[in-house]
Amino acid sequence: MDIILQQLVNGLTLGSVYGLIAIGYTMVYGIIGMINFAHGDVYMVSSYLTAIAIALLSYFGLESFPIIIFGTLIFTIVVTGAYGWVIERVAYRPLRNSSRLAVLISAIGMSLILQNYVQIAQGARQQGVPTMLTGAIRLDIGDGFVQITYMKLFILFVAFLGMGVLTYIIQKTKLGRMCRATQQDRKMASILGINTDRIISAVFVIGATMAALAGVLITLDYGAFDFYVGFIIGIKAFTAAVLGGIGSLPGAMLGGVILGLSEALFAGLISSDYKDVFSFSLLVIILIFRPSGLLGKPEVEKV
Amino acid sequence: MSQQTKGINIVSALKDTVIAGLLSLIIFGPVVGVLLDGYDFTFQGADVAFIVSIVMAGRFAISIFSQTEFGEAFLYRQATKDDGVVVTAPGYKSRMRFIIPIMIVVGLLVPFIASKYVLTVVILGLIYVLLGLGLNIVVGLAGLLDLGFVGFYAIGAYGLALGYENLGLGFWSMLPLAAIMAAVAGAILGFPVLRMHGDYLAIVTLGFGEIIRLVLTNWTSFTHGPNGISAPLPTLFGLEFKRRSREGTPFHEFFGLPYDSAYKYIFIYLILLLVVLAVLYIKHRLTRMPIGRAWEALREDEIACRSLGLNHVLVKLSAFMLGASTGGLAGVFFATYQGFVNPSSFTFFESALILAIVVLGGMGSTIGVVIAAFVLTVLPEMLREFADYRVLMFGILMVVMMVWKPRGLVRVTRTGFATRKGSAK
Repeated sequence: MDIILQQLVNGLTLGSVYGLIAIGYTMVYGIIGMINFAHGDVYMVSSYLTAIAIALLSYFGLESFPIIIFGTLIFTIVVTGAYGWVIERVAYRPLRNSSRLAVLISAIGMSLILQNYVQIAQGARQQGVPTMLTGAIRLDIGDGFVQITYMKLFILFVAFLGMGVLTYIIQKTKLGRMCRATQQDRKMASILGINTDRIISAVFVIGATMAALAGVLITLDYGAFDFYVGFIIGIKAFTAAVLGGIGSLPGAMLGGVILGLSEALFAGLISSDYKDVFSFSLLVIILIFRPSGLLGKPEVEKV
Repeated sequence: MSQQTKGINIVSALKDTVIAGLLSLIIFGPVVGVLLDGYDFTFQGADVAFIVSIVMAGRFAISIFSQTEFGEAFLYRQATKDDGVVVTAPGYKSRMRFIIPIMIVVGLLVPFIASKYVLTVVILGLIYVLLGLGLNIVVGLAGLLDLGFVGFYAIGAYGLALGYENLGLGFWSMLPLAAIMAAVAGAILGFPVLRMHGDYLAIVTLGFGEIIRLVLTNWTSFTHGPNGISAPLPTLFGLEFKRRSREGTPFHEFFGLPYDSAYKYIFIYLILLLVVLAVLYIKHRLTRMPIGRAWEALREDEIACRSLGLNHVLVKLSAFMLGASTGGLAGVFFATYQGFVNPSSFTFFESALILAIVVLGGMGSTIGVVIAAFVLTVLPEMLREFADYRVLMFGILMVVMMVWKPRGLVRVTRTGFATRKGSAK
């Protein structure tokens, strides 16, 4: 019983982070209909930026937790956002009118570029960040206990805050309205005076900032990362996006949480060696039986 | 396009340059400039300055170039380019009919001239030719992006190793069996997925490739996990290529030759060459048959094909299975050439390398794939000191090729047709 509850806590925090990354996939897919393969590697870059920001801040003698965490978040989000913008500008915008296959191959190329560039710049060895926030809440249940670290609570708080802010932006602001209009019909939106190229760039930047948020949170919690972390977590976040219904924002968050919970339960109860196999199999099964996901609309082919 | 000569606007070029410089400072500054070392770091200011200045110089050059008359003409050509297929005149005789026999003769002579090291590199090159040809049917002809191609390669390689260990099957029985196994795996994976949108196929196959690798790594009781498993060598009518044979006489004793480890590579090479030639011929014929034309038609416009009555699932499935079985064949050769297989040979990077071969060689072009496979596998062997930059080069290659020449360097040519004399108009 306590194992299950502990895994549910772990799964919920992991799932909320999957949801953050899945937002990047789902928004980009919604607006230009492509799978942004490099998104997982954008997350990977943000892990490195987190460690770099912490190292820089402590170099300048800033040691208190709120300042470090705030400074790291701002720094990582700004720089990762710039990555998102540049990737779109260099690898995807010149291919706006090409076949989907060409865009997909370009995205895979971009993913390889990011991985190898970070590997060359920072070395292939594993990197780490010092533990920032220690301590935990301990709940006694029957014979065992469930431990909720403050870090996990912090992750949940920031992740849901990030999702809340994003939902507000998309639903209530002018930028959000333009995003939704472009998603519904790009040509019509541009006729009505929306600079769709700029909106697409903005979507890439938003996706990258959400990935940056996830990168900071996961890196602070796990402490260790290397240049290859983006690959696995990217596929899992994509699974979350598909599970929730690709193109749907609440779906991405819901899918992330469901995937995180089911994966944690599988790892805790059945086998942790095969937990990645479980997630990938889940992806294949969803795509075969319910490709529109939980909250997505079925895709209609138009001539 | 305006015809009057306008001056080059230096100010706007400089503005572009400064913006590009600032962006590259944000992008490269932290990641390149701050080299992490434990929880500490060292500054690498010179590297950042170098990269930023290259970006700024490049941006400035592009800004100036695109404003010159020549540059405008270049951009115009790029925007309106049409690099589709080249249709040759009916009755056109390609020069290839002289080149191909020469190439085959040269290919057959290679093992007797080349040193053992060169021979092993060429065998590896040929294995990638086989992989490239397989993926070219799937990606190039049918337009289905398969990112788990390495899964079929692994099925072939592990098929040989495990078949030998558990069932005592040798190279010759596993060669067709592995092709069939890979094709069946392709059918099981492809049939449900091919009904859906093309992009999902990429993700599903990527997941499939990873599942295969993870299972091979974790199922230690069957596959021996990361330690790998040994694979048998091919035999010549029962003659083995080992120094000592458990049963029967080894090859070198039978012919009274001194033992040389190069014999087995020569033998593998010759079989592999024949298989590659057979696959090349089959692919060449298939692209001229209705099924090959259906693949390409589906790639270009799926909705039009379906409304003309093509069964898109079966047509795609045939391409997918054929590509998978070619991957399985390549896997058998890889296992026997290495004498040993382990899961680390079947990572996503391998799939990306095969995809890079297809992209560079040209979607659907056979000769291009052959050249690209050799360039991308033999070149890294020669340029060992740039080994760290290999993946970076593949990535840049993919992006640049897609932006610049999405159909690859070698253009696809197609024979023209004319109505025969006396036939109905």
